[in-house]
Amino acid sequence: MMPTKIFKKQEKFAPAEVMLDLHDLKKVYPTPKGDYVVLEHLDLQVKKEEFVTIIGHSGCGKTTMLSMIAGLNPISDGGISVLGTSIKGPGPDRGVIFQSPSLMPWMTALENVKLGVRKVFPHATKKQKEDICKYYLNKVGLDGSFNKKASELSQGMQQRVGIARAFAIKPKVLLLDEPFGMLDSLTRGELQDVLIEIWNKEKITAVMITHDVDEAIFLADRVIMMTSGPSAKIGDILSIDFERPRTRKAVIGHDDYYKYRKYLIDFLEH
Amino acid sequence: MSDKLIKIIRFIGLGFLEPIIRLSRGEEPRKNGILILKIIIAPLASVLLFIGVWQTGSTALFNKEANYRIEKALKDQGQKAADEMKLCIDSGDISCQPNTLPSPSQVNASFKTLLKDHKAISIDKKNFKEKTAALNKQRNAEGKDPIVYTGRPSFVDQIKTSIKTVFAGFLLAILIAVPIGVIIGLSDTLRSSFNWLIQIFKPVSPVVWLLLVFMIVKTLTKDSDTDSSFIISFISVGLCSMWATLVNTAMGVSTVDKDFINVAKVLKLGPLQKVFKVILPSSLPLIFTGLRITLSVAWMVLIAIELLAQSPGLGSFVWEEFQNGANDSNSKIIVAMFVIGIIGFLLDRLMLAIQKFVSFNKNEGI
Ligand SMILES: Nc1ncnc2c1ncn2[C@@H]1O[C@H](COP(=O)(O)OP(=O)(O)O)[C@@H](O)[C@H]1O
Ligand SMILES: [Mg+2]
Repeated sequence: MMPTKIFKKQEKFAPAEVMLDLHDLKKVYPTPKGDYVVLEHLDLQVKKEEFVTIIGHSGCGKTTMLSMIAGLNPISDGGISVLGTSIKGPGPDRGVIFQSPSLMPWMTALENVKLGVRKVFPHATKKQKEDICKYYLNKVGLDGSFNKKASELSQGMQQRVGIARAFAIKPKVLLLDEPFGMLDSLTRGELQDVLIEIWNKEKITAVMITHDVDEAIFLADRVIMMTSGPSAKIGDILSIDFERPRTRKAVIGHDDYYKYRKYLIDFLEH
Repeated sequence: MSDKLIKIIRFIGLGFLEPIIRLSRGEEPRKNGILILKIIIAPLASVLLFIGVWQTGSTALFNKEANYRIEKALKDQGQKAADEMKLCIDSGDISCQPNTLPSPSQVNASFKTLLKDHKAISIDKKNFKEKTAALNKQRNAEGKDPIVYTGRPSFVDQIKTSIKTVFAGFLLAILIAVPIGVIIGLSDTLRSSFNWLIQIFKPVSPVVWLLLVFMIVKTLTKDSDTDSSFIISFISVGLCSMWATLVNTAMGVSTVDKDFINVAKVLKLGPLQKVFKVILPSSLPLIFTGLRITLSVAWMVLIAIELLAQSPGLGSFVWEEFQNGANDSNSKIIVAMFVIGIIGFLLDRLMLAIQKFVSFNKNEGI
């Protein structure tokens, strides 16, 4: 039995619904042995307030795609637009949470979050900026650690700061590249909860790469499956129709859960 | 309280004192006893061995020189002169002492002489100051320059001058090398276009730098009557020693973790914020590694430069004693050698402590 409803990659949304649009995207890396085409004819639309997760084999080009959306990696052909406007380089409309927390180790948790806030809210008073940072640090459960040096925090705590930093600049789209890949499963679960709670509250669009099928299902409205490279594109899309807010227990107990899971694993193994 | 003490001595690199403190408090007597044996008694034994070898060596050299003198007297002036020479040497008379590597006790004696000399000169200076105080006040009121002490500097004064010069040179090196290093570190183009200059000038010997600085400073200070030797030596020291800092700064800045650069891009930091909040702090450890090398090079070349430039300081002290050829000159030179070595060591410890302080991973040993 197939899951009840699967959106195929060709499906188009109404323009007003679309937050992020990748259009006939192509990426070529020049290598000593000639050009290597990582992505080609890649089309993907993500709706406003949608959470999509991306899975695919290692090396297929997931990070490449995400860094292009972030504006950190030049586009070879095609286009990326946010709310209908083509992106030009990185911008505060797109927040990024990296795989390694990438905090400045010489700064405190609070200073790390402030780093971006200064730029995004130039007219806010010092107090207001500080309050914004503290608000998000509270949200990720770091109320007691504002003034701890980043290097003194555990990996999990550091990634919490990374989440706070990304949300504090109020992005329209949040991009996450295997953000919990380096954490133990207990911490990973905690951080998934933190992430989904803030995301729910902020109502932003999220695109998250993961190699963990359970994580992909638990968090996503749709799971995007990428084909293997070279010339990777979107292979299939699976719509996850669980109600929100979700609890891990309810999701795992749901009849469709194993169907979804099997579908994704079949895709990865075929 | 004591644990704080231990932390402090560890931090300033005197960690070898730790077991003594612990033992004095009766902590783990066996373990700390062995530690003391290992890190204090054994090095002390090596110091004694060193002094022993030195003593033996200098005695051998003394005998060789003495025999040579006696034989020379015998050959040139006959048996009587030879006997007189032998007597004279044995009596310890200054006029006929063999001039060779001094023994440890001679060096120790010279050290004391130098300290006594310093005390005498200090008193002399103080008296001079008291005597001229009133006069200088009057001259000052009349708008004339005060009368200054122009007597011979003591050994300690020379040390102070050298330290002053090395820090002036070090400061100059920082002021030149860090900003330039940051600028060329930020740009691949600048780095490759200035690379030839760095590669060519880095290995140039201190002597040549001194001559170059001499040419320039002499012309620039033609019309002023200030003493240019201090200026010449500290600029030469700065120019000789700045290269390690320049290269390390450029490297630190150009190899900032790519993740940090991406964060700066994603957060849209302005160029100034990017440099001061991200790039500089993350390259600080490498910059300080460079500064540490710079300071030790500065101290090393300073002695040579003072010696050549005849500017006051330890270098010229050594050179003057060598030229002087008095019977205790050689042992004074050895005293200077130890002083130079110990100060160099302390400067390095100081930099190491600062370096540890600024590196964000405090546990990382260097
Ligand atoms: N800067 C680069 N230059 C050349 N090839 C690259 C570069 N970055 C990534 N690649 C190659 O592109 C492919 C996709 O990489 P990546 O996007 O990191 O994959 P994923 O994140 O899906 O594991 C890999 O084969 C990788 O070796
Ligand atoms: Mg990747």
